[in-house]
Amino acid sequence: MNGFEWMSPGSLEQAARAASATVATAMACRSGTPASDAAVLKAGGMDLLDLMKEGLLSPRRLINLRTLPGLDRIEPAGGGLRIGPNVTLAQLAADERLRTRWSALADSAGGAASPQIRQIATLAGNLLQRPRCWYFRSRAHHCVRKGGETCFAFAGENQYHAIFEHNGCAIVHPSTCATALVALGARLEITDRAGAKRTVSLEEFFLLPQADLQRENRLESGEIVTAIELPAQPASVRSVHLRYAQTESFDRPLAEVAVVLDLAEAVCRKAAIVLGACAPVPHRARAAEAALTGQRIDEALARAAAHAALQDAMPLSGNAYKVPIFTAVVRRAILAALVA
Amino acid sequence: MLEKTPSDRPDAAQRPEADTVGPHAVPLTLRVNGMTHTLSITPETTLAQALREQLDLTGTKIACDRGACSACTVWLDGAPVCSCMVLALEVGAREVTTIEGLTDREALHPVQAAFIEHDAIQCGFCTPGLIMSCVALLKRTPHPSEHEIRAAISGHLCRCGTYPHVLSAVLAAARTEEA
Ligand SMILES: Cc1cc2nc3c(=O)[nH]c(=O)nc-3n(C[C@H](O)[C@H](O)[C@H](O)COP(=O)(O)OP(=O)(O)OC[C@H]3O[C@@H](n4cnc5c(N)ncnc54)[C@H](O)[C@@H]3O)c2cc1C
Ligand code: SF4
Ligand code: FES
Ligand code: FES
Repeated sequence: MNGFEWMSPGSLEQAARAASATVATAMACRSGTPASDAAVLKAGGMDLLDLMKEGLLSPRRLINLRTLPGLDRIEPAGGGLRIGPNVTLAQLAADERLRTRWSALADSAGGAASPQIRQIATLAGNLLQRPRCWYFRSRAHHCVRKGGETCFAFAGENQYHAIFEHNGCAIVHPSTCATALVALGARLEITDRAGAKRTVSLEEFFLLPQADLQRENRLESGEIVTAIELPAQPASVRSVHLRYAQTESFDRPLAEVAVVLDLAEAVCRKAAIVLGACAPVPHRARAAEAALTGQRIDEALARAAAHAALQDAMPLSGNAYKVPIFTAVVRRAILAALVA
Repeated sequence: MLEKTPSDRPDAAQRPEADTVGPHAVPLTLRVNGMTHTLSITPETTLAQALREQLDLTGTKIACDRGACSACTVWLDGAPVCSCMVLALEVGAREVTTIEGLTDREALHPVQAAFIEHDAIQCGFCTPGLIMSCVALLKRTPHPSEHEIRAAISGHLCRCGTYPHVLSAVLAAARTEEA
């Protein structure tokens, strides 16, 4: 890991003004040698230190967000919840309000990574972590997402890559919590250097490769995520997040699905179904949502909706196996939401 | 809402200044196993490195150095974390507990004794980390189910495959504590 300056800002404004780049801009380069003059934000550091240890990022300065007060709370707000960016995955998994009303988020956080990592990793950092594509994580492969010329995944080893929306780059979005939060209709509050705030729906925050090949989201340098907002949830809403991994321990999921249903008895008023680990952004399965809306949900309908969710899948040479896995996980998640 | 620029805010003058150190070595105070140590480290030093290289607490192992195996597990204020992904500078006033600090005596901790009794050690490289997770579990949940033990050790990789023996050791230690 390269040497760096360690800054403990006295305020959010100081942190924002000190940040010269996002991690995505600090990593992008023509040559394969990342810039050494960037000042970047650090939360838990799980992804940041990983990139630095691999030599994929060599910032001059880290700006520690962790000691800024007030960013690690989960507070009620307008019937919903306002989650501070520094709230850890362990806090999310244990929060009673989340476990009862927004259980998809609690489940997704509790199932991500290992207990040791969940203790340190923050929600904002989780949403903003860089992709896990093994070519992206290898210094020997200077791919387009890092500023190079090629994507190595299409002709290479792509068993863990995308089956949807892989236009020029086939990453799967790395954040497990994002899958749940998009389904729950979450919004981000983002504060810029001047202290001005904007909010954006998480779904619109993420970017597909055709919009930008070198960053996964719309965060600009000098911007700080200052809250993750969950909208109010009527008591008739049920949500679940299910993951399927190669091992039962802390493996990254092969497939994950978040389902949010607004139910009157078993009749679905409204459905949000989001697939993770399958596309460069959390993937909204609109055909499956439409199949459920206004209908009484039973096993057969859940099965039909699951097939609808996968009908447009475009697997690569090594990942067609993901299609039946996702089909099963979508069906199970719908049925689980029914009784959640 | 109209946002004022930071310098217009009345409280701007009272805000603490940013504190920046490094890249050269900086002094640091760490509370480890009940003792306070003053050391000198560069900002990129991880807690695992500081423990092993500066404090000679080599019971904490570094294997993957990426948060992916949990060999380096220590407690921060009683909660297991991977010390290879925590900067020593970030520890602050939190109390660090390592395998060396599990007991204040020469005697083994009951979980350590159970690991020996149940053959839960082969090469032993993953063992200190596993024991830190298992003892933390028993402090929280004195009578864990097998499922709870599996969840507590889910971040640990043991190349020698001691997992089933670890399960029986923890179940046995929980029974002994009861007695
Ligand atoms: C073994 C292992 C298994 C894992 N498994 C999973 C998994 O199954 N699912 C999953 O989702 N993740 C998984 N992860 C990834 C892990 O959850 C993330 O790396 C972690 O959540 C990142 O959070 P952090 O606080 O450490 O972020 P950091 O590393 O500190 O930051 C990540 C990024 O966010 C930016 N950032 C952080 N906070 C803010 C803010 N408030 N405003 C603006 N920018 C900000 C930083 O600049 C940086 O670019 C795994 C990691 C490991 C090591
Ligand atoms: S899938 Fe994306 S990140 Fe992976 S090699 Fe291709 S361009 Fe790079
Ligand atoms: S050495 Fe820290 S998790 Fe592997
Ligand atoms: S005993 Fe050898 S790695 Fe676990």
